[in-house]
Amino acid sequence: MSTRDWLLEDSPHSRLQANAGRAYRVFTALLRNPLSVLGGLIILILVLTALLAPWLAPYSSTGQDLANRLAPPSGAHWMGTDELGRDIFSRVIWGSQITLTIVGLVALISAPLGLLLGAVAGYFGGWTDRVLMGITDIFLSMPKLILALAFVAALGPGINNAIIAIAITSWPAYARIARAETLTIRNSEFIAAVQMQGASPLRVIVGHVLPLCTSSMIIRVTLDMAGVILTAAGLGFIGLGAQPPLPEWGAMISRGRTFILDQWWVATMPGFAIIIVSLGFCFLGDGLRDVLDPKSEGK
Amino acid sequence: MSQNPTTAATLEVAGAASRRTRRRLLAVLGFVATVLLTFLGLLAITFFIGRVIPIDPVLAIVGDRASNEVYQAARVAMGLDQPLPVQFFHYVVNVFSGDLGQSVSTGRSVVEDLSRFFPATLEMATIGIIIGVVLGVPLGVIAASRQGSIIDQIIRVVGLLGYSMPAFWLGLVGLALFYARLRWVGGPGRLDIFYDGLVQPVTGLLLVDSLLAGEIEIFWNAVTHLVLPASVLGFFSLAYIARMTRSFMLDQLSQEFVTTARVKGVPERLVIWRHAFNPIRVPLITVIGLSYAGLLEGSVMIETVFSWPGIGNYLTTALLNADMNAVLGSTLVIGAVFIFINKISDVLYRVLDPRAR
Repeated sequence: MSTRDWLLEDSPHSRLQANAGRAYRVFTALLRNPLSVLGGLIILILVLTALLAPWLAPYSSTGQDLANRLAPPSGAHWMGTDELGRDIFSRVIWGSQITLTIVGLVALISAPLGLLLGAVAGYFGGWTDRVLMGITDIFLSMPKLILALAFVAALGPGINNAIIAIAITSWPAYARIARAETLTIRNSEFIAAVQMQGASPLRVIVGHVLPLCTSSMIIRVTLDMAGVILTAAGLGFIGLGAQPPLPEWGAMISRGRTFILDQWWVATMPGFAIIIVSLGFCFLGDGLRDVLDPKSEGK
Repeated sequence: MSQNPTTAATLEVAGAASRRTRRRLLAVLGFVATVLLTFLGLLAITFFIGRVIPIDPVLAIVGDRASNEVYQAARVAMGLDQPLPVQFFHYVVNVFSGDLGQSVSTGRSVVEDLSRFFPATLEMATIGIIIGVVLGVPLGVIAASRQGSIIDQIIRVVGLLGYSMPAFWLGLVGLALFYARLRWVGGPGRLDIFYDGLVQPVTGLLLVDSLLAGEIEIFWNAVTHLVLPASVLGFFSLAYIARMTRSFMLDQLSQEFVTTARVKGVPERLVIWRHAFNPIRVPLITVIGLSYAGLLEGSVMIETVFSWPGIGNYLTTALLNADMNAVLGSTLVIGAVFIFINKISDVLYRVLDPRAR
């Protein structure tokens, strides 16, 4: 039996086989959509760039070369150099590590937090639901960027605080989704069966409700990542995110502001990196939605 | 039942009418309650940010060299010796009586600063949303009625870029291209320096004030300065509005009454603009409202890029000076306007759309 047959077997023998089979089907469906392939490739390249930055970057991210400052793009410096003679191309490559860290940590903090709060609210209902969703709605109806700015202002500038601030402002959307999903699952018979076996609410939520919310959560998180990247870059641009000399893309654009009228490349080049990576997450998110949630296709 | 049937019927009707009024009243009360609760939540968050997170707000004011007496006096003067709920109560009372504290960097009260800077933001965001609506709605309709055409593809790309392009970056690129290279528009700021302060502020909206004063030259100068930042904002609202219009229109165009109209021989232009477009006007209002609220948020970045003397610029300057009163005051005002527009467009939707009643 080939691996493919094993993956696509109608009656899987183990949980592993069932999960692997589902993952395989999603993967092949994604491959049929050119845009999601492109998105996936962009993110793959982002991850590889971040991992291999020391070998890929032709120069160091902080090495100054004052004789060669503000040099236009050329064969030696593909994206030119900045006001300290640092190679912008190398800095963009090193910056991918920061972007990936921010995106990854925000997803790791906010998605589980929103998932848990939403599932608890939906599962218990009543006052728990009202209080938790009230808080969620208050957060949802507030401008995210402004809120993140205020949080960073209080916590102090820096990349860790930027991550915390963005995570604090992005969990509510996930709580809403998780609650909606939980409400549809809560009264189904398999949940009743588990409850009658004496499972604790914690066990029901973690073991039986949350796994069913993950696919819609993955879609939403992927789609939201573009926004997270933009917010992080915005914080960096204002000077509240990653601090110099860290090669964060938003902060790099901010440095180039002074030279925008004559040396356009300093501010422009990191922007292209932001756009490409954000587009990648949009494409992949759209593709995932079409595959995992065919109801809302094309919207 | 011995009662006259007609009176019973009238009573029934009257009862239904009063029940409807009561339901409406309850809806209005519910709306007011949710808005107030959301505002209170916003206040709780800004209170939390301002009083709880900083390690020691007293130290931030008196400095770490102050003697113990000075420190304690400042602590009592700031009300920080009282329990948190009492502090929060005082904070809410202060905010509702229009006291947001002093700004450390400008030396004026935050409320005065905000009322001085708000018109500039309002002017830019309003022109931005006008650009977004005037271009976005027709483009969205055309994209939906000619699926797969060039306009449809352009709308798609614009929509995606609106999601993935940093606003401040687009602003900078615009400055480099249209100001530095092509010299089509004015540079940063609201006016050229030699026009500054020539017009008496009446409304604070320069376009209006300069016309009121009869200064056409200043008006044109203000326009050249406004057009680029407003277009950048307009681009993002255009992207969103066009995408939503397209998807609403596609929903309508696939309905049976559209097919019926076409079969009856109604001209395609009428099918699109009357039969399909009319039902989506109401949801579009919500979209436009949300987009307008989003522009207020987006203006923070754009104002920084264009040195535009609005609330966003005030906020970012305050952030860098650790001027907490100013930060929280602008957060509060932007948040309140944002919430208000959000809720209003929500209510408008319910009032105007018979299906949502």
